[in-house]
Amino acid sequence: MNEIILEAKAISKSFHDPITIQILKEISFSMYKGDFVSIIGKSGCGKSTLLYILSTMDTDYEGDLLIDNVPMRNKKEAELASVRNEKIGFVFQFHYLLNEFSVLRNVMLPGLKLGKHSSKEVEERAYQKLKILGIENEALKKPNQLSGGQKQRVAIARALINDPLIIMGDEPTGNLDKKNSEIVFSIFQELAEVYNQSLLIVTHDNEFAARTHRTIEMEDGRIIKM
Amino acid sequence: MGTKYKLIVSISKSLLLARWKQTLVAAIGVTFSITMFITLLSFMSGLNDMLDNLIINRTPHIRLYNEIQPSKIQPIDNSDKYKTYHNFVSSIKPKNERLEIYNNAAIMKALKKDNRVLGIAPKITAQVIYNVGAIDITGVINGIDVEAENKLFFFKDYVTTGNYIDLKNTPNSIILGKGAAEKMLANIGDVIQVTTTKGDRMQLKVVGYFQSGLQDLDKVQSYASISTAQKLLGESNSFVTDIQIKLKDMTVAPVVAKEYQKLFEVEAIDIQTANSQFETGSSVRTIISYAVGVTLLIVAGFGIYNILNMMIYEKMDSIAILKATGFSGKDVNKIFITIALSIGIFGGTMGLIFGFGLSNVIDQIPFNTAALPTIKTFPVNYNPKFYMIGSIFSLVTTYFAGYFPSRKASKIDPVVIIRGK
Ligand SMILES: Nc1ncnc2c1ncn2[C@@H]1O[C@H](COP(=O)(O)OP(=O)(O)O)[C@@H](O)[C@H]1O
Ligand SMILES: [Mg+2]
Repeated sequence: MNEIILEAKAISKSFHDPITIQILKEISFSMYKGDFVSIIGKSGCGKSTLLYILSTMDTDYEGDLLIDNVPMRNKKEAELASVRNEKIGFVFQFHYLLNEFSVLRNVMLPGLKLGKHSSKEVEERAYQKLKILGIENEALKKPNQLSGGQKQRVAIARALINDPLIIMGDEPTGNLDKKNSEIVFSIFQELAEVYNQSLLIVTHDNEFAARTHRTIEMEDGRIIKM
Repeated sequence: MGTKYKLIVSISKSLLLARWKQTLVAAIGVTFSITMFITLLSFMSGLNDMLDNLIINRTPHIRLYNEIQPSKIQPIDNSDKYKTYHNFVSSIKPKNERLEIYNNAAIMKALKKDNRVLGIAPKITAQVIYNVGAIDITGVINGIDVEAENKLFFFKDYVTTGNYIDLKNTPNSIILGKGAAEKMLANIGDVIQVTTTKGDRMQLKVVGYFQSGLQDLDKVQSYASISTAQKLLGESNSFVTDIQIKLKDMTVAPVVAKEYQKLFEVEAIDIQTANSQFETGSSVRTIISYAVGVTLLIVAGFGIYNILNMMIYEKMDSIAILKATGFSGKDVNKIFITIALSIGIFGGTMGLIFGFGLSNVIDQIPFNTAALPTIKTFPVNYNPKFYMIGSIFSLVTTYFAGYFPSRKASKIDPVVIIRGK
């Protein structure tokens, strides 16, 4: 339970356009396996910026990031891509599904990319994940035939396909109504409690945050409470 | 590795099919250019071959002959005393040497043993005057070995009226050049009279007309059997003025010609030297065909470049999400290169098929010209080389058309796209 899976060591980031502004200031914290952590803070305080760094998509920062005790600095683009593929499941505010593919195929793609299982097995696993999220009946539809809440659940299923070390979400309920937000949140909770899944979720919803194991509060690019 | 590539292909296919109308237009661009490329080259090359054959079919690769030449060595050059001097006394004038190739039987025997030689045909050229009523027309009678001439130079094809073999079987017969026959109003079966440069006269029976496609030639040239020509000139049956040689490989003709010149002590001219202007014409036509074909392909390439750029612009979100979920820039690059190459392969293959079809259509169009008796339809050359070049070109152009857009796609920063929402 106290195995560290993610460690931020004095992460700072500045934007230089049009003038240099420091957005993140020496962010340090650790996450353990099975942690269900929320990050809250006012809009513009740097939550998304931090999450993009933690998810290895943004490499332009100072400080160090360790995922699964491996430093991410100096890793090549393709290596970071495979870290994301294998160890991180990402859920965005907008669902970001590929409309060219069926729901099932969308969920399968990162699994096929990983190449650990045969495509038959990946398909089975995708069905399992869709079942956990209660949308296995939509598997063969195209994403644009689904409601917003359903789409977000597909995105969560996709994030789960490779049994990631950690799931990150950037305001995953931000674009949903109360009812769907509730559904999505209870799914996260179920994943944490039943499947011992580690989650790091950015939210502006304090009620939501209160139901997570741990809340990190940010202000002006700093952690003020955790 | 195989499954990895299958995934890339399946993603490419989905992106491509989602925009199938635009991709089809891009593919049609490639199809059109490859079709034109194949058709143009096949047709141009057919024309080239036809024009070349006009010459090459009937021109020996090497011709051995004798020429009246001033003696190279004057007696004074043999004197030890004046060896190093500049001598201008030339007492030996060219004498009335016969144009006969001496010892031709031995030469021909040696040639037949040379395994670079495909075949030989002896020939006699005789300057004559056709006597038509009160008018005399100058001309040339070629005395030929009818069978050898036919085997090596397709003599039969150019005998448009009458049977070529009659020349051998009918004694004292002649096949007149079409132009010469028209001037003389000579019909088949008529007997005409010719006079040699020495003044000997002879009656010859017309058994056919000959049409080479070169009108100037047909106005003067006629054919007789070698024995008829010997009789006409009052020479023995060993008299031969030319030995025509066809080689297995035409390209070595200049070298072999030089060798024979030394070996047999005769003049030897190779086809390349004799017809250098035809080579130039052919290569200019070929260059033009390639230039047009390549230009069309480049235009098609821009079409592919456009469609890919548009596709990448539209698929920014998809590319961002692929990258966020673990696809590398290289994977994205491969996806778009695959799309480009698919357009190229599909469009190119269709182009090859349509190109073949269109060449076939041209091949059926009747093309009758008095100058070319053996040609009935437009000439087309179905050289597999054009199809090879066409497919390689279509792949190379589509690859380059896809290269920059794909690189752009692979460099898309997912953070910028995701944050932009
Ligand atoms: N590309 C950029 N260039 C300059 N400033 C940026 C850029 N992206 C974000 N910012 C600024 O960084 C700050 C933090 O943004 P963000 O991390 O999105 O905040 P949050 O997600 O907490 O609302 C904001 O003030 C925003 O204007
Ligand atoms: Mg944000």
